[in-house]
Amino acid sequence: MPRANEAEMIARILAGERELFHELIRPYERMVYLTVSAMLKNEADTEDTVQDAVIKAYRNLAAFRAESRFSTWLMAIALNEARGRLRRIKRENVESLDAELEMYGGDFTPAALMDWHPIPSEALESKELADKIKAAVAELPFLYREVWTLRDLDELKTEETAVLLNVSIQVVKTRLHRARMLLQKRLAPVLKGFAPQPAPRRSWLSRRHP
Amino acid sequence: MKLKCKHVWMYISDYIDNSVDAELRAQIERHLENCEICSAILDSTRNILYLTADARTFTLPVGFSERLHARLSSELQDDGEISRRK
Repeated sequence: MPRANEAEMIARILAGERELFHELIRPYERMVYLTVSAMLKNEADTEDTVQDAVIKAYRNLAAFRAESRFSTWLMAIALNEARGRLRRIKRENVESLDAELEMYGGDFTPAALMDWHPIPSEALESKELADKIKAAVAELPFLYREVWTLRDLDELKTEETAVLLNVSIQVVKTRLHRARMLLQKRLAPVLKGFAPQPAPRRSWLSRRHP
Repeated sequence: MKLKCKHVWMYISDYIDNSVDAELRAQIERHLENCEICSAILDSTRNILYLTADARTFTLPVGFSERLHARLSSELQDDGEISRRK
C-alpha cells in the first residue's frame, strides 16, 4: 500500500473511522504470521500472539510516527509480543539464549555439488517437498531463522531488519549468509530428488543434424 | 587476485543480494565461469530461496484471517462503546 494512502487511512482511523483498521493491517497479515511463527514454532501460540500484536497496534496507533513505515512499526510490535511469549513459554531469558546461539560454532560451508538441475515451483504441489523445506527452516538456530524470515520470507530490507532486531547491518548480513548456507547444505542433497526427470535423449535429432 | 572456491562461498549471500562491489563481482563471475561446483552451489542456493518464498511452502492456517478480524471487530466495538460513554 502506498505510504500516503496509509498515512491518510491512519489519520481517518484516529479521527473515528475505526473500521478502517481492518483494511490497514490486511496487507501485512501473512508477514506478521510467518515471522511470529518462525519464532514460536507453534500454531496456537502464534495465532494468539499475532492477534495480541494487532490489538496492541490498534490501541497504540496514536503513538505511530510517520517517519517509519507502518509495516515496520507493526512488525516491531509483533516481534516484541513474540519475544515476550517465548520468555513465558520457555521460562528462560531470551537474551541469554541469543548470546548462547551467537557462540554457535557451526560449519557454514555449503554442500558441494557437481551440477544442479533446477526445481520449478510447480514441484511444490507435492506436500512432501514443502514439508522438507519447512523442516530445514525450523532447524535453523533461532537467531539465523529470525533474520532469514525477515529478509527472505518477508522481503524486508537489510536496514529495516537491522533496526527491528536492534543489531548492525553487518550482523544481519552475517546471520543471513549463515542461514542460507545451512539451508543449502541441508536441502540441496534432499531436493535433488525433486528435479524433473530429464527428457529422454532424442536420437533422431542427432541423425538429422549430424 | 584469483579467488578460491572457499572465498566465493563467503560472498554467495552478498552476491545474490547484489551487495558486492563491481570488482569483487567481476572476480566471482570469472571464477564461476570455470568452476562447476561453485556454479552449482550458487544455483542451488538461489533455487532454494525461490522455493521458500513461494506461497505454497509456508501457508497460513485455515481461518486464520477470519479469526483475527473477528477478534479485531470485538475490540473495535468495545472501543466504540467506551468512547461513546466518555
